[in-house]
Amino acid sequence: MSGVILRGRTVVGGVVEGEALVTRETISGWGGMDPRTGTITELRHELRGQSFKDKILVFPGAKGSSAWSHYFHMARLAGAAPKALLFNRMSTKVALGAVVTRAPAMTDFDRDPLDVIKTGDWVKVDADTGRVEILRKKDR
Amino acid sequence: MLLDNEEKAMLDGAHGTAKRKAMELLVKYGNALGAEKLIKTDNVVGTVGMATPFVRDYALKPGGLDAAFSEFNLDSDETIETPEFEAFTCQVIHGIDTEHWEQQGGAKEVADLQKRGEAHFGRRGVNMMGTCTPYQVGNVPVMGQHCAWMESSAVVYCNSVLGARTNTEGRESTGAASVTARIPYWGLHIPENRSATHRIDVEFDVDDMMDWGLLGYWVGHVVQDDIPLLAGVKSQPNMMKLKHFGAAAASSGGVELFHIPGATPEATSIEAITRPGRALATLKYGAKERREAYDMLNAGAHEKKVDFIMLGCPHDSIEQIRRAAQLLDGKHIDPSVQLWIFTPRSIKSVADRSGYTKIIRDAGAWLMSDTCPAIGRVAPKGTKVVATDSAKQSHYLPAILGVEAWFGSIEECVDAALTGRWNGGLK
Repeated sequence: MSGVILRGRTVVGGVVEGEALVTRETISGWGGMDPRTGTITELRHELRGQSFKDKILVFPGAKGSSAWSHYFHMARLAGAAPKALLFNRMSTKVALGAVVTRAPAMTDFDRDPLDVIKTGDWVKVDADTGRVEILRKKDR
Repeated sequence: MLLDNEEKAMLDGAHGTAKRKAMELLVKYGNALGAEKLIKTDNVVGTVGMATPFVRDYALKPGGLDAAFSEFNLDSDETIETPEFEAFTCQVIHGIDTEHWEQQGGAKEVADLQKRGEAHFGRRGVNMMGTCTPYQVGNVPVMGQHCAWMESSAVVYCNSVLGARTNTEGRESTGAASVTARIPYWGLHIPENRSATHRIDVEFDVDDMMDWGLLGYWVGHVVQDDIPLLAGVKSQPNMMKLKHFGAAAASSGGVELFHIPGATPEATSIEAITRPGRALATLKYGAKERREAYDMLNAGAHEKKVDFIMLGCPHDSIEQIRRAAQLLDGKHIDPSVQLWIFTPRSIKSVADRSGYTKIIRDAGAWLMSDTCPAIGRVAPKGTKVVATDSAKQSHYLPAILGVEAWFGSIEECVDAALTGRWNGGLK
């Protein structure tokens, strides 16, 4: 199944490759993650205890406090930010968060990335041309 | 994005480095959103709080207040002298109460830094309200006014109850808005985006504060960041009930706007807040749903012995403080617990004059301002179990402080403070 390509809209430009971390649950900034380590701390979140540091974070969108961007901003300064952000639902939180995280980010995909990309897949994000490619599926 | 001549001049640096940096950020942000243009705003609620650990690291260096503002409010690596702000700007709730830091277990150097920051940014135009409820203390935008507000509970109040227009802005976008008096024209600034998406038939008679919190928590959970219309509400809510409802819905979901015919200004009729041809997802809120909300909020709490009781999230109104004072009058809280009540400092001065503060202090409790346990990460040392009348604090504190949290009514919370035990439950 490798070589799958998704097309979407650029939110923040840039090109990176990395391992995907996928969740079907929206993500909180303030009160939901630790910016020092990138670990999700929200009670009852399916990623609780896992870190998005250096991952291609694939998620439905942002929720919660207006400090979303500030927390992702701090995660960048702490070296704990995701490598890229791929999401479905645009909001001011996630747009500003992506800008200040300064990581490539995309949305408005031709296929739902939550269906196509699985945690552990090796993914190339080319947000300059609006292209996401799954280079290697995780063995399972 | 389309920029007018003044915005282009700011971007080109004709009005100084701060405006150039701020405009660069707004253009990146607007493009990220897919916004077509910027809109003028003269009402910003943002933060220049200096008390949190990351910001402190910048702010404590020589010239650090400007460095912290540049990094955290304008996303600029380059340090720029903070200019006089273009837009009317108010300070939101922040990390430390500079009058009660000692009681909260804070450090003097942090309180001193915060005070230096308030003096520095105050004279540049940040009105130091220090609250999550600016609408309680003088920042009351009018219907249709374009605003740039932070603080999810304030945003939902601003849109829904006041009928003003704001998205949920962040520290960096409000920093840029203060400097340029602009914000991306997107989302809830656009009238067509303010129609309801969901209709909630409220079959349970929601009247008291606790029930408005439960309803908000359930609605946020089911609609996430969509726009609910509440139909069938029998009891007229007031400011403090809608403040609690909105804060809860913005915590369990991301609700930024709700409509209640008969209570909120844009809901002059069902037609006014629905779009022709768009069917509303319809949901029912009855006793079962109320129970679900209660169980979600209390899911992490097991230990009945409580250490810490917190009231005032969002910051209490004067009516709520009076109610707490009535419940505490002539009594004393259990020696094993602390009770902290939070309100904007200017409302605290009314409580002082009305004698409520003295009643609260005589009962062994504290009336505090500027912060809250979740924002300031402040709680009495060794706190393991919290009781609160706030759905929002109950939602966030387990993740932020690693504590168990009970949610209930103000009466149940004061009872917990007086007895040291949680005796609450859904009636």
